[in-house]
Amino acid sequence: MVVSEQLDAFFTEKMKDYPTQRSFLVPMLLYTQDELGYLSDEAIAYVAQKVNLDELEIRNVISYYSMLTTKPRGRYNVQVCRNICCMLRGSDEIGAHVKQRLGIAHKGTTADGMFSFEEVECIGACGWAPAMQVNYDFHENLTAGRVDEILDQYRSKSSL
Amino acid sequence: MADLVSHPDEVRVVSKRFGQGAADLDRYLAFDGYKAVQKALSLGFDGIIKEVKESNLRGRGGAGFPTGMKWSFVPKESAKPKYVLCNGDESEPGTCKDRLILEHDPHSVIEGVVIGGLSIKAKVGYIYIRGEYRYLVDIMRKAIADAYARGFLGKNIFGSGVDFDVYWHTGAGAYEVGEESALMESLEGKRGVPRIRPPFPAVVGLWGGPTIINNVETLASVPHIILGGGQWFAELGTPKNGGTRLFCLSGHVNRPGVYELPLGYNLRKMIDEVAGGVWKGHKLKAVTPGGSSTPVLTADEVDVGMDFDQLMKAGSMLGSGGVVVLDDQTCMVKYAQRIMMFYQHESCGWCIPCREGTDWLKKTLNRFHAGGGVKKDIDNIQYLAENMLGRTFCPLGDAAAMPTISIVKKFRKEFEDHLEGRPCPYEKGVVEQLPVLA
Ligand SMILES: Cc1cc2nc3c(=O)[nH]c(=O)nc-3n(C[C@H](O)[C@H](O)[C@H](O)COP(=O)(O)O)c2cc1C
Ligand code: FES
Repeated sequence: MVVSEQLDAFFTEKMKDYPTQRSFLVPMLLYTQDELGYLSDEAIAYVAQKVNLDELEIRNVISYYSMLTTKPRGRYNVQVCRNICCMLRGSDEIGAHVKQRLGIAHKGTTADGMFSFEEVECIGACGWAPAMQVNYDFHENLTAGRVDEILDQYRSKSSL
Repeated sequence: MADLVSHPDEVRVVSKRFGQGAADLDRYLAFDGYKAVQKALSLGFDGIIKEVKESNLRGRGGAGFPTGMKWSFVPKESAKPKYVLCNGDESEPGTCKDRLILEHDPHSVIEGVVIGGLSIKAKVGYIYIRGEYRYLVDIMRKAIADAYARGFLGKNIFGSGVDFDVYWHTGAGAYEVGEESALMESLEGKRGVPRIRPPFPAVVGLWGGPTIINNVETLASVPHIILGGGQWFAELGTPKNGGTRLFCLSGHVNRPGVYELPLGYNLRKMIDEVAGGVWKGHKLKAVTPGGSSTPVLTADEVDVGMDFDQLMKAGSMLGSGGVVVLDDQTCMVKYAQRIMMFYQHESCGWCIPCREGTDWLKKTLNRFHAGGGVKKDIDNIQYLAENMLGRTFCPLGDAAAMPTISIVKKFRKEFEDHLEGRPCPYEKGVVEQLPVLA
């Protein structure tokens, strides 16, 4: 199986919460991606079979949601909010700083596969701006110095 | 996680359990938890709707529709199952309040969903949380599981003979999915393309069954209304605008954060006193009073009570409660540009006025801010935006057009200051490399 047995069993169970088979599709894609890193052809085939739809229909749904990706990304996806509240408190500088530190552009991945960078829209941290998410972790009230510390923490975490 | 703030003017209803560990079921029970559901069971559906109507609770998701009235539109009898859908997609820029409710008081949302369900005789509710909020999905999953374990959800809740199930769900990144009909599509496992109305969700909603859709904060207010009484809640606010609201103060203020204040609270006071005034000793230039989609107010227009009707009269909207404060160093063209970039990015592309309109406006504003604007662009921006109003399939087009129109009208001079290839007069340092029209 493409995903772990545990995840597959979780999907089977969760699908019972809905009257139609495809209802859990969007979360299923996200959780599959969380486990595999991205939605590979094999992952798409697996999900299609699981919810009993064509692969094309699955791809159709994937292309709508901004968090879903069919391309591999870095182990840590750094998502800097560029929306208004963050912009007003310096997100342009934060974004530029991350790009420069990692040496990658929007949607790029570092050569060692450690980090990816993405500018994203409002992540619901407007009152604690500027803010970013690294994978699902929120980091708020950012400064360039804080960003350096955070990136270093992730780097040392992965070398453990 | 997100820090909590406080101010003496706050009236804590929805936020009263914040910071108290109430995500834990036993803690929640110590703070009157699940008493409202039991009271609601004894009130019956008519009794619930009566209290909610009396409370003058209006939707906290953006449109401010009276909640009790929305619930009363659901047909009493239905061949198809009825549903409650809690909208936790929170993505309107400037809005960061549902996040706190889901983090600190998830059981109040569950209770709100059950009470809403009882009022329309539904047996199932779904809580949809945006994909980025994974830690809140995990908190909600635990809260739901805990409630089942105690018999507060499932078969025969509180020995009433009534069954009620609540399920969690999550998105995967899409602002448009916060629009109620797109939300249903997403929950059904599809692309979040909105549905045509009528029929309204109260009649034909999830899987064709009558459905009430409410914002997280709206539903979290309901248990308090049931316990404290509709009249008590109504009196906290202003006429036809019951209760309090979680205002998300952001932008150029000294003490940003989420504050719970009574509806009708003066906006100037909110900025100067609650949020500690404009930062760095700067002056106020403008305020977005209810999330990025609402028309901006100038510094001269902020003596207004923050409720749905007073803001409407002032030419704006209370929206989602996101108050974004802009100081006098802000470039309004850049602000308009940034807002449009967002709506262009989020347009689902289904209808032409929204898809093409946001794209043209984004390109024009990008070029304009980069110094490539020509005089007639200013009128064109306004004309285009005005022609989107009311002509798009769902209100995302309006959300893009309304702030744009207000900025062009109220800050025309700033547009003129960018003409003839002049660099942005407000920008220091960052120079954008964008194509300049020959
Ligand atoms: C483009 C768009 C995005 C929206 N996003 C949200 C959202 O993230 N959360 C929300 O509660 N309502 C959102 N709404 C409003 C919903 O359509 C709906 O009116 C609301 O959830 C109803 O709940 P209420 O009556 O409790 O406010 C959005 C509307 C539009 C047009
Ligand atoms: S604008 Fe950045 S988190 Fe909302």
